[in-house]
Amino acid sequence: MLNTPLIALIPLLPLFTFALIALVGRRYFPSFCGILGTLSLLTSFILAATVAYDYFFVVGKVANVYQQIIPLKYTWLQFSPNMAIDMGILLDPISVMMILVVTLVSLMVHFYSLGYMKGEERYATYYSFLALFTFSMLGLVLSSNIFQIYIFWELVGVSSYLLIGFYFDKPSAVAASKKAFIVTRFADLGFLIGILVLSYYAGTLDFQTLIMRLTTPTDQLHTIVAASFLGCSALTWGLVLIFIGGAGKSAMFPLHIWLPDAMEGPTPVSALIHAATMVVAGVFLVARLFPVYAISCPPALEVVKWVGITSSFLAAIIACTQTDIKRVLAFSTMSQIGYMMFALGVSGYGGENGLGYMASMFHLFTHAMFKALLFLGAGAVIHYVHSNEMKDMGGLRKLMPVTHLTFLIACLAIAGIPPFAGFFSKEEILQAAFQSNKVIFVIAVITAAITAFYMFRLYFSIFWIPPTPKGELSHDTHETHHGEAPLTMKIPLIILALLSVCVGFIPFGKFVSSDGAQLLTPFHIGFSIVPVLLATGGILLARSFYSKESLAPQRMADSFKGLYRSAYHKFYIDEIYLFITKKVIFNLVGRPSAWFDRNIVDGTMNLLATTTGKTSFLIRRVQSGKLQSYAAYFFVGVIGFVLIFIYWWT
Amino acid sequence: MIGLTHYLFVSCALFFIGVYGFLTRRNMITMLMSIELILNSVNINFIAFNKFLFADRLDGLFFTIFIITIAAAEAAVAIAIIINLYRNYHTIDVEEVNTMKF
Repeated sequence: MLNTPLIALIPLLPLFTFALIALVGRRYFPSFCGILGTLSLLTSFILAATVAYDYFFVVGKVANVYQQIIPLKYTWLQFSPNMAIDMGILLDPISVMMILVVTLVSLMVHFYSLGYMKGEERYATYYSFLALFTFSMLGLVLSSNIFQIYIFWELVGVSSYLLIGFYFDKPSAVAASKKAFIVTRFADLGFLIGILVLSYYAGTLDFQTLIMRLTTPTDQLHTIVAASFLGCSALTWGLVLIFIGGAGKSAMFPLHIWLPDAMEGPTPVSALIHAATMVVAGVFLVARLFPVYAISCPPALEVVKWVGITSSFLAAIIACTQTDIKRVLAFSTMSQIGYMMFALGVSGYGGENGLGYMASMFHLFTHAMFKALLFLGAGAVIHYVHSNEMKDMGGLRKLMPVTHLTFLIACLAIAGIPPFAGFFSKEEILQAAFQSNKVIFVIAVITAAITAFYMFRLYFSIFWIPPTPKGELSHDTHETHHGEAPLTMKIPLIILALLSVCVGFIPFGKFVSSDGAQLLTPFHIGFSIVPVLLATGGILLARSFYSKESLAPQRMADSFKGLYRSAYHKFYIDEIYLFITKKVIFNLVGRPSAWFDRNIVDGTMNLLATTTGKTSFLIRRVQSGKLQSYAAYFFVGVIGFVLIFIYWWT
Repeated sequence: MIGLTHYLFVSCALFFIGVYGFLTRRNMITMLMSIELILNSVNINFIAFNKFLFADRLDGLFFTIFIITIAAAEAAVAIAIIINLYRNYHTIDVEEVNTMKF
């Protein structure tokens, strides 16, 4: 049975923890805060697991279809009798799946941080931010209302900002946090307008009612389709604008520029926020409104599809050239989220057509596991080597056996090698793409091969290639310092590695599908041969390039010089943004408005002020303080009046 | 025969003497006395007009008595002010007391 107070407790526990640590704990028991946060998250996770069990196996199904359940709802702001902003909890397969993922990854990260952040000066603050983020993310996925989701959406943005800028004494971290905040805010503007457009026409903010009104032929649907702006219907605009919000959060091209820089934050944070949970919020949002996209507005879904595949492909190419391991992982995250996006884009609604939807959610689920693992592994490596650069690493295989093994599992999972988790979800996505659009399918397969290549480039450069002479020195000193990693860091790695191996075997279609009904996915051996072979090819290529000192990568880079250089510079997208903002917007909009403000607006006010000042300066002599001169003026005045009254008035 | 014109002439002379004194004297007591002159010129006016134009009525007389009363009160207030000024400035020269200005 679903127990409402307990469900509400899942997001509220982290909120309490945040308040407790931020208000009291930070001052009085700072070293205990980590354990406190971890314990509260553990409770949340257990609750989430029971809720998931209850939902999926006990109460969720009615007539073999998973229902949307609203166990809690209260009216927060009543605007008019039929327009209100509610606060509520919406349980359906994807939100239940998400609370499980969020609490699990967050728990792992909390636990891992006990070791990773040990001795950090702002240790307690760090845990309070983590708790705040977890609360916001859980609130986001449980939202029953599109405005509620927007509130939590901004809250995760703030916590992400706080955590990216955690090392605020580093200028690059400050710049990165500002960049992340501004870029996502800019995208959220689209989201907000989208919300307003949709809710204006649908007359509600509630997800269930909104989806119901916009997918069945009602008056609302007719008006929103009939209303047109610049050649597209209001519905298309609304959905595309909402997608822009999602694309900003999910780092889709061309709003992805903040994600690589966001890696300035502590590594566990990157694992939690910028790999496993927050960045998939955009995918979640599209999935939440999926019936509207799929049934009423296929053009908007086209946008989702092409943006997804473009991001996926571009990010994969860029990832091949980066040298900072966290940046490689960041671009791989972007690439994988692109996968989820285009999987939604190629999907239809209901039954067999909903394969892409199910695949996207499945990939979201498995990706959270292995990407969190990759980041935590990278964190362990960085902890050991004290550097993010690949060239400072190498040959760590024997020095860090646990990290090596778990990292290898994660790489195999993301590369899509059976029987690891990524294989299953990627296979579903490719199948969905194959059924719907061959061009997308081909690009997706190539991307998968590139993914395998750059992940193993990373793997071999960290663990195999002999360290460069410069690196040697630093290794010797570090070996004496400490071993591989404390137990608190190893245990999450092992748990996540086990999950990365086995979550792929979950019959995901039984639980999550576009319409709630069971979706059985037949497994085609023949179909998987090509992607797996290509991925293996990518791995072997990476092995021949990077497992030992070799000139081949350099030669390869030289032969594709232009491409390599532009990929290394992330296709100059940051530069384009800088050009647009600094040169175009500043010069064409900023400067003229500044001129107008300074000269016309301020000028008018200044003119008034100076005129008054000058006039009063001229006549101030009249106020001499001499009583008798005042009397004289008065007397002259009286005589003047007398003369006027005598001679002119009559 | 002394007519209205003579009275008015005296009153007018008295008034302008008062105004002249008020505008030129520096000593506040003297200025106060000048004001009394002005008031008295007004009194003469009232009495004269009453006598020559409305001999059977007493309105002008009443006004005059009022003015004398008020002049007494006013003199008391003015002298109090002057004493206070003297305490603050140690002078009753009106030129010296000119701090209320731009």
